[in-house]
Amino acid sequence: MSGATTASGATTASGATTASGATTASGATTAAPDAAYNFAYLDEQTKRMLRRALLKAVAIPGYQVPFASREMPLAYGWGTGGMQVTAAILGSADVLKVIDQGADDTTNAVSIRAFFARTAGVATTESTAQATVIQTRHRIPEFPLREGQTIVYQVPQPEPLRKLEPRETETRRMHAMADYGVMHVKLYEDIARHGRVTLAYDYPVLVNRRHVMAPSPIPAFDNPKMHFSPALQLFGAGREKRLYAVPPFTSVESLAFEDHPFHPWKADCACDLCGATDSYLDEVIIDDSGGKLFVCSDTDHCATRRAEGHRGAKAGHALTAAE
Amino acid sequence: MYVAVKGGARAIAASHACLAEDRRGDPALPELSVAQISEQLRFAVDRVMAEGGLYDRELAALAVKQAAGDLVEAAFLLRAYRTTLPRFGYSLPVDTGAMLVQRRVSATYKDIPGGQMLGSTFDYTHRLLDFALLAEGGEVPAAPRDKVPIEPAPRVTELLAREDLMARDPDDGTDPTDLTRTPLTYPADRSARLQNLARGDEGFVLAMGYSTQRGYGGTHPFVGEVRFGSVTVELCPEELGFPIEIGDILLTECQMVNQFGGSRTEPPQFTRGYGLAFGHSERKAMGMALCDRALRAREFGEDITAPAQDEEFVLSHTDNVESSGFVQHLKLPHYVDFQSELELIRALRREAEARSAAALPEAAE
Repeated sequence: MSGATTASGATTASGATTASGATTASGATTAAPDAAYNFAYLDEQTKRMLRRALLKAVAIPGYQVPFASREMPLAYGWGTGGMQVTAAILGSADVLKVIDQGADDTTNAVSIRAFFARTAGVATTESTAQATVIQTRHRIPEFPLREGQTIVYQVPQPEPLRKLEPRETETRRMHAMADYGVMHVKLYEDIARHGRVTLAYDYPVLVNRRHVMAPSPIPAFDNPKMHFSPALQLFGAGREKRLYAVPPFTSVESLAFEDHPFHPWKADCACDLCGATDSYLDEVIIDDSGGKLFVCSDTDHCATRRAEGHRGAKAGHALTAAE
Repeated sequence: MYVAVKGGARAIAASHACLAEDRRGDPALPELSVAQISEQLRFAVDRVMAEGGLYDRELAALAVKQAAGDLVEAAFLLRAYRTTLPRFGYSLPVDTGAMLVQRRVSATYKDIPGGQMLGSTFDYTHRLLDFALLAEGGEVPAAPRDKVPIEPAPRVTELLAREDLMARDPDDGTDPTDLTRTPLTYPADRSARLQNLARGDEGFVLAMGYSTQRGYGGTHPFVGEVRFGSVTVELCPEELGFPIEIGDILLTECQMVNQFGGSRTEPPQFTRGYGLAFGHSERKAMGMALCDRALRAREFGEDITAPAQDEEFVLSHTDNVESSGFVQHLKLPHYVDFQSELELIRALRREAEARSAAALPEAAE
C-alpha cells in the first residue's frame, strides 16, 4: 500500500512527534517502531486473516465480510475496525494521516496516529496529498484523493438496513436477494412526510449497482466523493466484526428517486477563516449569546488555503490562534 | 465561553497523569499490592478472569489495580492483552465430574453421592455490616475443614440420565466453535452460545436469566447442582501423542434441571441448562445456565416469545467490552454528523413554516 508521495500539499508538522522523531524532507514525521510489539501491533497471523477478508471485500464491492475481529487496546467504538484494517495494510514506507471529524488534531485522531507512529514507526502527516493511507472517522478529505492512496473508514454500524431490520439473519438474506424494498419505502415515507429524505449522515449508497452499503457516518455531503474515486476505500467495523470495500473507480450512487434526486447538503455559507464555499463546515459557538463561526471541518484543507492567502470573513479569529 | 478542542496530544498526556494520580489516591496510605487484590478481592479477580476470557489470577489482579476497581475496564485490559498472546493449541475438555469440590449443593435431592458440601458461601450469612472489619489486624480463626478425603462426586444430572429421565446432550464429535477466531454467526450452535455467555457480562447474563423466572420464557428450573472446585487442565501436544497436565484451575459449574413436556418424537423428560465460569461465581454460572436453557427453545420446538429465548438479541448484547465501548463512544466528537442533523432540522422547520404560512390564508377564506 505504500507509494511515492507527491509533495503538492503544504506541509504542517505532525502533532504526534515522539522523542526520537525526525522530520523528513517531505514534512512527514517518522520514529523508530516500539520493539516490544510486532510491526503495527497485530501479529502476522491476524494480519493475514484480515488481508484475506479484505481481498474478499475488494472482490465483492459493498459486501460485508465477517471477520474475527480482535480486541484492540482501544475501546470498541473508538475505531478498532479501522485500526485493524490500517494495521493489516500498513507498510514501513507508508505515510499515515488520521482524521476524526475531518480534523487531524482531535484527541482520538491524535491518539490513533500516535499508536501507529509508536507500533509501526511509519511516517505521519496531516497533509491529505502526502498521505498514502488515510484513516478517517466521519469525513472524507476535501482535497481529491488520487490513485495509489487508500482511505480507511471507521465504521460503527456496517449494516445500512439495521435501523429498519434489527436481525442479522434477515438483513443478510435481504442483501443476498438484493431485496432493498424496505430502504426505498423508508426514503419514500420521508419524502411523503417531510418533503425530503431526512437522512443527513451515513446516507445509504448503492455500490457497483449491487450492494446497498453504509458509507459510515460521513455527512451526505461527502457521498459524491466516493463515486468512481481513484483511491481504494476500505471499511472496518471492529465491534460488529465486518469489513467491506469499494475498489478504485467503482460506482457509488446515493439512493434517491428520479423526481427527488440526492442533494449533498451543507451549511449555506462560506468558511469564516479561509473563505471556502465548497467545503463542509462545522458550526462553532463562540460566545454565550449564541454567536457563531462557520469553519472548514477539514483542518488540513482550511490551513492549506489560508497558507495560500485565502481569507474568510472572520480571518484571524482567536480560533486560528489556538492552533 | 468557548474553549477550543485543540491541543489533543497535550490534553491526552495530562489526562493520563491525572488518571495515574487518582488511581493512587492518598499517598499517605499504603499502596495496594497485586497479591493483596488477588487474595482479598478474589471475587473481583474471578469476575475479571471470566469476562476477560483469560485464567491468570495475577494478571487479572493487576488489571483490577490498574483499573482502580472498575471491573468492566479490568476485563477489557485483560482481553486486549490476551489477543496478543500466541496460540499453542487447545486443551482437552476438562472433566468437572472429577472436580476436587470445595463446595457443592443440589436443590433437587436431599442427599447425593459425594454429599452436599456447603463450603464457603455468602448464602447463609446475615447481611449485617461487620464493623469489626473497620479495624485492621484482626485475627481470623482457622475454619474447621474436614480431614476426610474428598469422595468422587458424580454429577446429579448423570444420575437422572441413567434413569432416562434426563435428555442426553451427546457429543457429536465436532470441534466447538471458537468465537475468538471465528465471528459469531446466526443461527449459533450451542458451543458458540455457551462461549459467548461464559465471556458475557455477569449483570446482563443474570438479568436475562432472571427474566425467564419472571415469566418471559419460563423454563421451570431446579438447581440440579452447583459445584465449585479445582479441575486439571490437560494438553495433548501433537509431538507427544498423549495428554500432559499443565495446571489446575478453579471453576464454578451449574447444571439446571428443567421441565420439558415432550414432543411427538421425544417422551416427557428433563432437559439441561448449563453454566460454567472461571473462579468462584455462582451468580454468573446460574444466570448462564438459565440463559442456555432458554436459548435451546428452537432445539426443543418451543415457541420463541421472550427476549431470553432470542439468540440474536441475547448473544449480540452479552459482551461488555463491546457494549461499554459503543455506549461510551458517544463521548467522542460527533460534531460533523450533528452539524448535518442541525442543518436538516433547520431546513425541515423552514419548510414546515412556509407550508403553514401558505395554508393559513386558505383556511381564512
